[in-house]
Amino acid sequence: MDSALATTDHADVHAEHDHVALPQHRHHFETEEQQREAGSFGMWLFLLTEIMFFGGLFFAYLLYRNWYYPAFAAASNQLSVPLGAFNTVVLISSGFCMAVGVWAAEVRRKSLLVVMLVLTTFFGLIFLGVKYDEYHEKYELHHIPGDSFNISMFTNPAGYGIKEEPLAPDMAQKTQIFFFLYFAMTGMHAVHMIIGIVLLFWLTWRAHRGDFSSGYVAPIENFGLYWHFVDIVWLFLFPLLYLINRHPLH
Amino acid sequence: MSAAIGNTIVSLPDQSTAQIPKRNYINNEHGLLSWLLTGDHKRIAILYLISITFFFFIGGAFAGLIRLELLTPQPDLVAADTYNKFFTMHGVIMVFLFLVPSVPATLGNFLIPIMLGAKDLAFPKINLLSWYLYLAGGGLTLGALVLGGVDTGWTFTTPLSTHYLNTHVITAATAIFIAGFSSIFTGLNFIVTIHRMRCPGMTWFRMPLFVWSHYAASLLMVLGTPVLAITLVLVALERLFGIGVFDPAKGGDPLLFQHLFWFYSHPAVYIMILPGMGVISEVISTFSRKRVFGYTAVAFSSVAIALFGFFVWEHHMFIMGVSNYSALVFSLLTMLVAVPSAIKIFNWAFTLQKGSITFETPMLYAFGFMGLFTIGGLTGVFLGSLGMDIHLTETYFIVAHFHFVMVGGMLMAFLAGVHFWWPKMTGRMYPESLSKLAAVTTFIGFNLTFLPQFILGYLGMPRRYHAYPAEFQVLNVLSTAGATVLGVGYMLPMLYLAWSLKYGAIAGNNPWQATGLEWQIQSPPLTENFIEIPIMDHEAYDYEWLENKTKKEVTTVG
Repeated sequence: MDSALATTDHADVHAEHDHVALPQHRHHFETEEQQREAGSFGMWLFLLTEIMFFGGLFFAYLLYRNWYYPAFAAASNQLSVPLGAFNTVVLISSGFCMAVGVWAAEVRRKSLLVVMLVLTTFFGLIFLGVKYDEYHEKYELHHIPGDSFNISMFTNPAGYGIKEEPLAPDMAQKTQIFFFLYFAMTGMHAVHMIIGIVLLFWLTWRAHRGDFSSGYVAPIENFGLYWHFVDIVWLFLFPLLYLINRHPLH
Repeated sequence: MSAAIGNTIVSLPDQSTAQIPKRNYINNEHGLLSWLLTGDHKRIAILYLISITFFFFIGGAFAGLIRLELLTPQPDLVAADTYNKFFTMHGVIMVFLFLVPSVPATLGNFLIPIMLGAKDLAFPKINLLSWYLYLAGGGLTLGALVLGGVDTGWTFTTPLSTHYLNTHVITAATAIFIAGFSSIFTGLNFIVTIHRMRCPGMTWFRMPLFVWSHYAASLLMVLGTPVLAITLVLVALERLFGIGVFDPAKGGDPLLFQHLFWFYSHPAVYIMILPGMGVISEVISTFSRKRVFGYTAVAFSSVAIALFGFFVWEHHMFIMGVSNYSALVFSLLTMLVAVPSAIKIFNWAFTLQKGSITFETPMLYAFGFMGLFTIGGLTGVFLGSLGMDIHLTETYFIVAHFHFVMVGGMLMAFLAGVHFWWPKMTGRMYPESLSKLAAVTTFIGFNLTFLPQFILGYLGMPRRYHAYPAEFQVLNVLSTAGATVLGVGYMLPMLYLAWSLKYGAIAGNNPWQATGLEWQIQSPPLTENFIEIPIMDHEAYDYEWLENKTKKEVTTVG
């Protein structure tokens, strides 16, 4: 917000024009403020399309969870809450660094901005690493939907040393739907993180070059919106997928 | 030609001295790359116009093949599965590659910034990206076609598309996924531009109705298309890995697909029709020399259509085993959608009342739109009634209804708009008498093609079969004959519009004496549209303002 007033720092330039032609100013905008507002408004709209995109999956989740609640509860209990919780903390830390990064850009502290972008990337990568580990475990247990999907852990939990009620085979089949939704939703989320991390590399390089140290912070702000959106999606995914029916005190 | 212009309002400059402006967006830069890498919304509009025309004729060729097969009751031209591929390609190309981008990506792209008094859309690069995505989607669709086609119908209905077919479903789904993002970006660009780029004095209720209807359509694009995207991803995953989300054997629900698909694809028909309604508002006002009657009502009816449009999707599924109670609600909501559409038709009719009507080509197309869209819309109410729907759904009645709205409505509107703004886009006039002939041919051909299909459907001829009982032949022959006339009606504009690029009379700034901002600048416009950003100091469609303005103006041409 403050940086919209960037021009006031150069009183001589300010006196000459109503609006200053900074290098990032595009010809078809009347003022730089208009450009900024258009950019951030466009980003918000894009996030709206993203909500609708994930919305299809959330709708499928709602439907099938209502239909196949026992299967969803049993399958959900096979996800690792500590890993999920750890990842939640990691992602919130990443979002915090991003927020500090936006602030650093606005107050033109270049080195702080670079550090924060690097930290954001770092936490993002940790998240993906943990996610990979979780996926790998599911692969080994044959819990990836498809031809090799194995329901024996849910029909015969005692055989795996799990204290759960066994499911009837037809209900146990429905765990496949849960795992499909788990992979689709967290996978789509991970794809968004990977895209975000690629963008972070590019932004870090530009920040290092000093592009965002003179009051031009729109790319950082807009990317920040995107990154926080990805965080928020996870904040919904974690309870919906991991915490369906946990009773730690029993 | 001057004889044809006799009692019209066309005001062309003196042709002996008239010249195309020395500097304009077409000759500002030269070379293929200056087009392929352009950020200029007008050039991107022209690129879109060329590419959607290309796909329109491919889609049209498939329509021709379908009608040719249906000329005789016997299955004699092609085998059943080839016929399935024909109507699938016809549907996919016409819906996703022609109708959805038709008016917004061409006329909307060209005109919205000018109508708002802006130099360009908010995101020129994203605008160009959207064209490339469109091309990629179109290319993949052609790829699916060349590789052997796809025969799911344009609806990709599960479990047919996921379990029972061995054609190029994934290629086609990817194509539509990509083309969908092209449409998302167009919509996003329009919304941001309309919110943030209006010139001083351009309040929301001074915007032309063309802009209002594009705003509503853009909302649908931005909110609906992502749902289609994720649905197609799920279909592709189901085919590739058998994940089971639409597979009843694994607990999935094939109907979920239809809910998700129609959640986009019903609003999509409003994406297709709303921009056309915007064109009609401009044309009707200009050629009856009156402000659009009930401007505010027409503006809000666009938004109302967009809003209601999201809550009627289940009417595509009444016979699919959905709950009777929800069917009742959706039937009611479907009928409510007819209200804002009717508001538009009535307001246009009142605009005509006591106007100084002239019958230029765009106006002829607009009259075609009003009549055909009304029939298409009213038959939609038949289909929205639960009892009638059971009898009529999956018959030619549906085919006729949809084509009345989309071809009779949208395509007429598209052609009205192309003719109306052709002088602005190219600086030259199209040949007036020939184009009137084309408009009339299209209207006759259209009715001959699709009126018989209402009767066929009512008599019970199912859609999507390549053979039919012999007693339906007379009506089918009529329909095929009409399709031939219709084909001629569509070829004509392509030929004479191309001809006019070189030989058409020079149009001057404002051949129609219209009030829109786009008519107050040179034709073709400058790259940055305006010499200086205009200040809007009057309402839209203010013909008195125009009269005062031209009174004081000294016209110099060349």
